[in-house]
Amino acid sequence: MSSDSNPKYPNSVDLDAARANLAQSEGKRLWQSLDELSETQEYHKFLEHEFPNDTAKEPEAAGINRRDALKLMAASAAMAGLSACTKMPLEKIVPYVKPPEEIIPGKALFYATSMSLGGVATGVLVESHMGRPTKIEGNPEHPGSLGGTSAQTQASILNLYDPDRSQTVLFLGRIDTWSGFVAAIANIRTQLGTKGEGLRVLTETVTSPTLGAQMKNLLTQYPEAKWHQYEPCGRDNERDGARMAFGKPVNAVYHFDKADVVVSLDSDFLNSGPGHVRYARDFAGRRGLEGPQPTLNRLYVAESMPTGTGAVADHRRPIRATEVETLAQQLAAAVGAGGGKAANSNVPADWTSAVARDLTSHRGSSIVIAGEGQPAEVHALAHAMNSALGNFGKTVTFTDALEADPVNQTDSLRELVGELNAGKVGILLIIGANPVYNAPADLDFKTAITKAELRIHSGLYTDETAQYCHWHVPATHYLESWSDARGYDGTIGIVQPLIAPLYDSHSVHEIIAALSGVQDKSDHDILRDYWKSQRPEKDKAFEDFWEVTLHDGVMAGTALPGISVSAKADFASQSASRQTADPNALEIVFRPDPSVGDGRFANNGWLQEVPKPITRLAWDNAAMVSPKTAQKLGVSRGDYVKIELSGRETKAGTWIVPGHADDSITLHLGYGRWLAGKIGSGPGFNAYPLRTTAAPWQATGVRISKTGNDYSFASVQHQYPIDRDHQETEQESTEAFRRDLVRIATLDEFRKNPDFAKSPEEEATAGLSLYPGFKYNGYAWGMAIDLNKCVGCNACVVACQSENNIAVVGKDQVERGRSMHWIRIDTYFRGDLETPEMYFEPLPCMQCENAPCEYVCPVGATTHSPEGLNEMTYNRCVGTRYCSNNCPYKVRRFNFYLFSDWTTKSLYGLRNPNVTVRSRGVMEKCTYCVQRINAAKIRSEEENRSVHDGEIVTACQGACPANAIVFGNINDPNSRVAKLKAQSRDYRLLTELNTRPRTSYLARVQNPNPEIRES
Amino acid sequence: MAPEGSGNQFELEAVPGDELIAPGHTLESVTEKISSIVLKPGISKGWLAGFAGAFALFILLNVAIYYLMAFGVGIWGINIPIAWAFAITNFVWWIGIGHAGTLISAFLLLLHQKWRNSVNRFAEAMTIFAVACAGLFPLLHMGRPWLFYWLLPYPNPMWLWPQFRSPLVWDVFAVSTYLTVSLIFWYVGLIPDFATLRDRAKNKATKIIYGFFSLGWRGASRHWFRYEMCSLLLAGLATPLVLSVHTVVSFDFTIAIVPGWHSTIFPPYFVAGAIYSGFAMVLSLAIPIRKFYKLEDFVTIRHLDIMAKVMLATGWIVAYSYITETFMAFYSANPFERFMMMNRMTGPYAIVYWVLITCNLLIPQALWSRKVRTSPGWLFFVAIVVNVGMWLERFVIIVVSLQREYLPSKWDMYYPTRWDWAVLAGSLGLFFTLFYLFIRYLPMISIVEVRSLAYETNKELASKT
Repeated sequence: MSSDSNPKYPNSVDLDAARANLAQSEGKRLWQSLDELSETQEYHKFLEHEFPNDTAKEPEAAGINRRDALKLMAASAAMAGLSACTKMPLEKIVPYVKPPEEIIPGKALFYATSMSLGGVATGVLVESHMGRPTKIEGNPEHPGSLGGTSAQTQASILNLYDPDRSQTVLFLGRIDTWSGFVAAIANIRTQLGTKGEGLRVLTETVTSPTLGAQMKNLLTQYPEAKWHQYEPCGRDNERDGARMAFGKPVNAVYHFDKADVVVSLDSDFLNSGPGHVRYARDFAGRRGLEGPQPTLNRLYVAESMPTGTGAVADHRRPIRATEVETLAQQLAAAVGAGGGKAANSNVPADWTSAVARDLTSHRGSSIVIAGEGQPAEVHALAHAMNSALGNFGKTVTFTDALEADPVNQTDSLRELVGELNAGKVGILLIIGANPVYNAPADLDFKTAITKAELRIHSGLYTDETAQYCHWHVPATHYLESWSDARGYDGTIGIVQPLIAPLYDSHSVHEIIAALSGVQDKSDHDILRDYWKSQRPEKDKAFEDFWEVTLHDGVMAGTALPGISVSAKADFASQSASRQTADPNALEIVFRPDPSVGDGRFANNGWLQEVPKPITRLAWDNAAMVSPKTAQKLGVSRGDYVKIELSGRETKAGTWIVPGHADDSITLHLGYGRWLAGKIGSGPGFNAYPLRTTAAPWQATGVRISKTGNDYSFASVQHQYPIDRDHQETEQESTEAFRRDLVRIATLDEFRKNPDFAKSPEEEATAGLSLYPGFKYNGYAWGMAIDLNKCVGCNACVVACQSENNIAVVGKDQVERGRSMHWIRIDTYFRGDLETPEMYFEPLPCMQCENAPCEYVCPVGATTHSPEGLNEMTYNRCVGTRYCSNNCPYKVRRFNFYLFSDWTTKSLYGLRNPNVTVRSRGVMEKCTYCVQRINAAKIRSEEENRSVHDGEIVTACQGACPANAIVFGNINDPNSRVAKLKAQSRDYRLLTELNTRPRTSYLARVQNPNPEIRES
Repeated sequence: MAPEGSGNQFELEAVPGDELIAPGHTLESVTEKISSIVLKPGISKGWLAGFAGAFALFILLNVAIYYLMAFGVGIWGINIPIAWAFAITNFVWWIGIGHAGTLISAFLLLLHQKWRNSVNRFAEAMTIFAVACAGLFPLLHMGRPWLFYWLLPYPNPMWLWPQFRSPLVWDVFAVSTYLTVSLIFWYVGLIPDFATLRDRAKNKATKIIYGFFSLGWRGASRHWFRYEMCSLLLAGLATPLVLSVHTVVSFDFTIAIVPGWHSTIFPPYFVAGAIYSGFAMVLSLAIPIRKFYKLEDFVTIRHLDIMAKVMLATGWIVAYSYITETFMAFYSANPFERFMMMNRMTGPYAIVYWVLITCNLLIPQALWSRKVRTSPGWLFFVAIVVNVGMWLERFVIIVVSLQREYLPSKWDMYYPTRWDWAVLAGSLGLFFTLFYLFIRYLPMISIVEVRSLAYETNKELASKT
């Protein structure tokens, strides 16, 4: 074949033919060149001669030649394959020519949304990397957050990616589909007829106006249907207290920023309950001791189990939970708020009268707040006291109830169970609630639920209740759904999705809509349509309003208006006539767990692993008793005991807590779950079997007996298995004070000697060295932690875990002393075992200027940055652990095993892409969030400026509800951190080692009432 | 052989009846006696039983290492704050044991101590095997042992070097130098004996193997001259190493700021402790060997007596260090040091401390008694006790210091796991496996040097009569 006859690549293209061909083809055809479309002769020839210069074409042979044989083989193979194929659908792929607006790879975006707990929303900002939410921050626009968060909020993102989440609709335990479910609902609707007889919906607390309207609509459609609400740690007592005092269930909003004297009657208002993040911020704002005439508020706390609130109190009185009512009566009588009678009480009368005098001398600027665990009477008494003290309208304001339907949830559930047992319930729809696990024991929900003919469950997990239901519909996580919810003051927060549902999940709005006959309406449309109908803005104005709302995450100006209420006169005397419990009987107290709450976070590894405030226990709850009671009961730490209460029993390990009220056992709720997931099923002890509708929070008449077995707890502090239980605690704390690790003064002492936290010896030797110091010319990063503000809430610990991809190691490893938290909250006690003072000391890396870790590393994996950070190069680390041995603060963490989960796919999305996921055998530590520092530096360099003060917020700092942690450039004398470090309270740990830490502490100053002398 | 000198007078003045070699030995009988152990065909049952036991432990070590590599150092009981425990304790202990061999062969060679001749060979072997065991631990204790070479200064395109301020890098040099010099020294000393074995072997394969290692030794006077010069030079090289290795190892601790580690007394204290434990180990090995292989003629009671005296002397240096350490903790008025010392004595590991004091301080005082020094049974007991005591000493220094350091919130406890014990037992297995092979296949007593000892003794006897 001559080369002339080889066709060349055709030059001419017939465009008309190409168009015609395109028009003929069905659908949208894929094509690669215009030649192909025009199908010119030359092009065909060209294709045939793929190798135009191929002269070595084989001679034609008789029959089938080698090439044809190969072709046939290939064809038959292809045919064989085809038989198993279906035709692939035609799908359009869109090239990334024009990227979606705002998405820049590597650059995080923040969206505002809201997270609800107990129905009450806290605003959050969620960091999103390429469409994956990775980190939760507080929303500064939301009044319930102001930028702060709680540990549970921080950890909630882990639930989104939890591999144990239910992923598909289930019918009778078998995989089904949403459309199958919708069809079933349609079927149900035909059965329900017009009245909806036998339809019962059980939800948790609902503050969402949209859902409220949907429920209302449903109940109008089906007048015989009923809506029940139940949440084990709801606000029944608070609502009933308000009903008792004012005749209606109003919502109290406290203004701790205006309160000089605060009395907490068993209220952990800084760490739990609606608005606690905001309350911590307001409260801590009064503990900063800034300005020329520093003042402090004063906090009295009476509680049984020490909480974070109790730990920061100026006077904490351990008192049995059943006795708080007596105290409230005495206090009310003393401040002139009712005719209380002086029942005998374990609280000395001079204490009560001193507190009362303090309150009465701060009329209009004091707060008496009762905890949810206290009966309605105590809440009513607290309202009466606030009223008598003239606090209404000043430090305490009231709004209408937040809930769409403020019912007594215990009664609501009781009614439901009654109807179930009476066989009146045909269809039971349970949304979010988990009553099989957490309903009061006397209701025996487990038996009652089986009496409903058709049971439908919607939740994040196929939990205990899901097991009892015919249908299970996976619920969307709040980061996947559209909704709304009210904040602690009624402000409406918008819940907007950060990511499309990961699984076949559907929001509560969609389920209720389906039940109301509205099909195929997304939660987005439901929400938007609702607000379109509610808002005064129309059309364009609404669009603007909607955009602003989505941007801010809150609807501006939707805080419920304050209402004026007046306390009814008669309840105080009613309350006084109530029989109070025997002051010496052993009581048991149930409270939500500080980490896993009522059990909903049981499968959250971050919350399980974070050591609980005061006890420093991880992965377990325990029967907590005071040292004296332990002796009296003959139990010691780790004894596995049987707890009996009116014929019911549960078993638990004991833990001895200094400062716990005597004759009282605290058993936190939320543990002992059996279908929570791989993490949550198992740990701890179930308290719900002892909890009844009559005594949901505390009960007397409890009996405790040893089983003879031991239980092993994982505590990150004072975890020595020594018979003399408290000796170790004491020794640790005594040593801590001897070593000046926590420096404390009273306000009077501070005023007399503002430099109490400095020691002359330290000042004289500070900075002494044979060698010239390193010069930090640009930035010099530093941190100041105000011990006076820290409430020990653990938000920083979990935030750090989330930001820095810190692994969860499990109970066994925590017990072995291998927990990985980069910041820990050291807790020390001072004083006697009965009424000790408690001190929190958050401890991240000190970022020493003379870092002992650096010079011992044989490979130079940990080095000093020009800005003063002790940097860790994970890739270079060979794992000799010498750095950790030489770190006097012991802030380094080692990957003893492959702790990071490298295999669970669903967790990939969770990780912060800017932080290495560490492998086995590598040391890691706090870096002051160096990834955030560098991001801010890059931004500032692009804009040709220096980093502003406050531009870099470390994860711990950002999460802190109390603003206790401040980070910045200490080379800039005007930065906040430099100003704090210039305060006289500033001190460093272990200065005698000349490590020159960059993290310093502001000493704790307390404001005790001079009239009260604690023993 | 070794240069003549007045130093020998010391031995000659010893009590009559205490000879360095039993009377009646001729050059021929010495050679016959020692080489027959090696060249005797077949394997004795006793040896096989011992070897099997040691080898089983060695297999355990392999299993433990496999498990360690598969899962990580988390299989041990270490944690934060106690990030070093058994591995480093074992390392320091084995390195310490490895001191006696070089001390005996090099240091005492330079000091013309004739008695060393009959013990130096297996003391040196012990050194090498101990250092081999020791060398294992820094590797095993790393989080990522496959990157161990990052501690070596090797050229690489990223210009990354070890961090020379770190004592761990110094360790690498110190230990590897020590191992190299000890190995060469040992081998050089073996050359004439290899030649003897070659000449006496009846089996061809044995002849070839020993012949290969004897490097063509013919016993020419030129050979002897070079051999002696080489020994002398190597002894000169090795002697400072005896002092330097454990000094450098002690820097691992003194450079750190951990109370209980940060102390200037450590270098001499560690060296003395190393010699103490090294001699204890030599005795623990020599006493059974001389009995089982009937070598009482060469390793005489006199040898045991001298080594016991060395133990007593170094034991007192160690005791003095303990006393000084305790005194300084209180005299310094440093609250952390004081607390550390009180914690050692009364804390949760107090029992370990008091057992250590008993083992290292109290029981060895029995060595003041000549009766104990000359009784192999009692001496063996004391030597074992000192070995245990020295291991506990390192445990106390490492673990108990870390256990309650500066911040009470990060105090913790260390409990060894089965893998901790497996690695410790396994390292003993490795050591004894090597040692059993050594006593079977190499002359465990230097034929050449004992011949020279016999020659001189005989000459003396002749001159006396």
